[in-house]
Amino acid sequence: MFKHHAKLETNIFFLAVGILLTIVVGGLVEVVPLFSIESTIEKVDGVRPYSPLELAGRNIYIREGCYNCHSQMIRPFKDEVERYGHYSLAAESKYDHPFQWGSKRTGPDLARVGGKYTNEWQLRHLINPRDVVPGSIMPGYKHLMRPLDYADIAAHLKANRVVGVPYTDAQIANAKKDLEEQVFADPASKPAVAASYPKAQIGSAAGKDKVTEMDALVAYLQVLGTMVDFSAITPEAAKKMNR
Amino acid sequence: MSINTEATPYCDDVIQKFTIAAVFWGVVGFLAGDFIALQLAFPVLNLDLEWTSFGRLRPVHTSAVIFAFGGNVLFATSLYIAQRTCRASLFGGSGLGGFIFFNFQAFIVAAALSYVLGFSQGQEYAEPEWWLDLWLTVIWVAYLIAFAGTIMKRKEPHIYVANWFFFAMILTIAMLHLGNNVAVPVALFGGSWMKSYNVFGGVQNAMTQWWYGHNAVGFFLTAGFLGIMYYFVPKRAERPVYSYRLSIVHFWALIFLYIWAGPHHLHYTALPDWAQTLGMTFSVMLWMPSWGGMINGLMTLSGAWDKLRTDPVMRFLVSSVAFYGMSTFEGPMMSIKAVNSLSHYTDWGIGHVHSGALGWVAFVSFGALYYLVPKLWGRKEMYSLKLVGVHFWIATVGIVLYITAMWISGIMQGLMWRAYDSLGFLQYSFIETVEAMHPYYVIRALGGLLFVIGSLVMVYNVIKTIKGDVADEALASAASGAR
Repeated sequence: MFKHHAKLETNIFFLAVGILLTIVVGGLVEVVPLFSIESTIEKVDGVRPYSPLELAGRNIYIREGCYNCHSQMIRPFKDEVERYGHYSLAAESKYDHPFQWGSKRTGPDLARVGGKYTNEWQLRHLINPRDVVPGSIMPGYKHLMRPLDYADIAAHLKANRVVGVPYTDAQIANAKKDLEEQVFADPASKPAVAASYPKAQIGSAAGKDKVTEMDALVAYLQVLGTMVDFSAITPEAAKKMNR
Repeated sequence: MSINTEATPYCDDVIQKFTIAAVFWGVVGFLAGDFIALQLAFPVLNLDLEWTSFGRLRPVHTSAVIFAFGGNVLFATSLYIAQRTCRASLFGGSGLGGFIFFNFQAFIVAAALSYVLGFSQGQEYAEPEWWLDLWLTVIWVAYLIAFAGTIMKRKEPHIYVANWFFFAMILTIAMLHLGNNVAVPVALFGGSWMKSYNVFGGVQNAMTQWWYGHNAVGFFLTAGFLGIMYYFVPKRAERPVYSYRLSIVHFWALIFLYIWAGPHHLHYTALPDWAQTLGMTFSVMLWMPSWGGMINGLMTLSGAWDKLRTDPVMRFLVSSVAFYGMSTFEGPMMSIKAVNSLSHYTDWGIGHVHSGALGWVAFVSFGALYYLVPKLWGRKEMYSLKLVGVHFWIATVGIVLYITAMWISGIMQGLMWRAYDSLGFLQYSFIETVEAMHPYYVIRALGGLLFVIGSLVMVYNVIKTIKGDVADEALASAASGAR
């Protein structure tokens, strides 16, 4: 065996081929089936593409590097389920490009932070976390009170559609209008954005007359983990989900 | 391995540039790391400015140490070693070498600026946006050409073992970089030039990201630096590599097994169980080839162990291999799902990474740099070996403080999260577990500070060596005939 190894270590092409064959195997075996095995992503109702405002908020979440300290992945442990809520399903992040599961909890998990706090709390917390959580070590984000740049929001939806997020033509055409409506419409008036994106939280977090980055980020945080209605899932339905 | 260095004019001006860049970026990366460590202890240091928050600076730290410091060390050492072990001058010469050098430094500055200004793909260790990724691809292909071209010009029939590791690193990093960064720019639809969406989402994206992320560790920070070990340990010890057969077995086993280990970053997540189990199994198996490398490095000192006492450069090299052995035991242990359920999401992971990054990657780099600098500038030895010893001890104490603080804080926080009181309620709120971390974050920052100070001692020593100065104590020992 060691005698034959001389062929590899005297010819760089043989060595290159040997290395390439060796390093592709693991990736092929672990990655490819994730696209073909149907049970990888549970069949569950409620998960929808992000509304334009939520998507803009998600991009701020990424821009600020929130994933460096916050996970969005609740593990199926008793303490985590009690602390954060139902463990995370693969389906709940299927429209996340990129995924934001995170790998460190310097701060708490955010997979189900949606609806846990009021907009007012989120606003005060993001501007100066220590105003509402004295022991917090999170940075303050007062710069998010500036206007949101959403001139190209439709292009963002189009790019998402190319990578597999099922935005409709109408949703893309109305992207800008939906974004503004989600901030300024009266929730009681049943605005079109609420029909297009069920459970989207209508209203302004920042309370300014322009759409702010704060409005977008809070809208994103408020929808996190709320799309699937777990109270509606019976044991029978759960069995079907994983089939 | 006795080669006639007179026969081939090596292209060393490029190596000199990479060496200086490595020292410079090392200090920058360590400083950035210590600053963000202090931010976690004292949040007021975030300054409430968008450009200085932890979330934007942490990628600056990781990119600076991994890619800027580690990358320049790899460029310097691999192109130095390839020339010597092939008895061939650098393919493409100073032209191609300079192209790689200047583009890579500019890439680093652009990437760091882009994070600070708020442009990020949002995937760990793969933060640069699509146009930066394309630029890096061009640089990497140029590097592949320079390295492989030098190998093809060789006058030695055999390709030396260090070069197998460098070559595997170059090819694998190319595959991972291309595979993990396939993204659709918003600019294609008339939007921003600074934003793209990865073609993979959710669970598939999680898998490709950690296939990339863990093998950035496995190949960039392990295979590449094993290449460094395989040249500089034998050279400095003036002994041959312990076992040729072991190097063959552990090379192929290491590169085969590493690729599978990614899913251990995703234990108990929504990644399917079969993938988690594969990731765990291969991570545990990875212990063996890792220790194969450690044994081959350490046993190379057979008959030369006295050098550990007399030569502080050797001390850096040997300690790095010992740290490598320690972290490659800790890693497989943490990849066991039961252990991971405690360690994941906590500072234990940060401690583990740093025992590898500071103890193994940085120490083997320091050893290599202390070997390289006198050689490249035609000096007999470093300005002061005594200062190399000072650097070694300051940095070692820094690492010990760092990793012990993170072990304690990580295990403590993991246990606090899962603690129940006698009535069956969760015992601690999340913020109580954060507050409990404070003393350990202070200790960690202190350890990091020592590591920074050590690196500044190196900067001084390197500058004096390049200037051609010789410390009094080295003159004295030369006069008395001691080494």
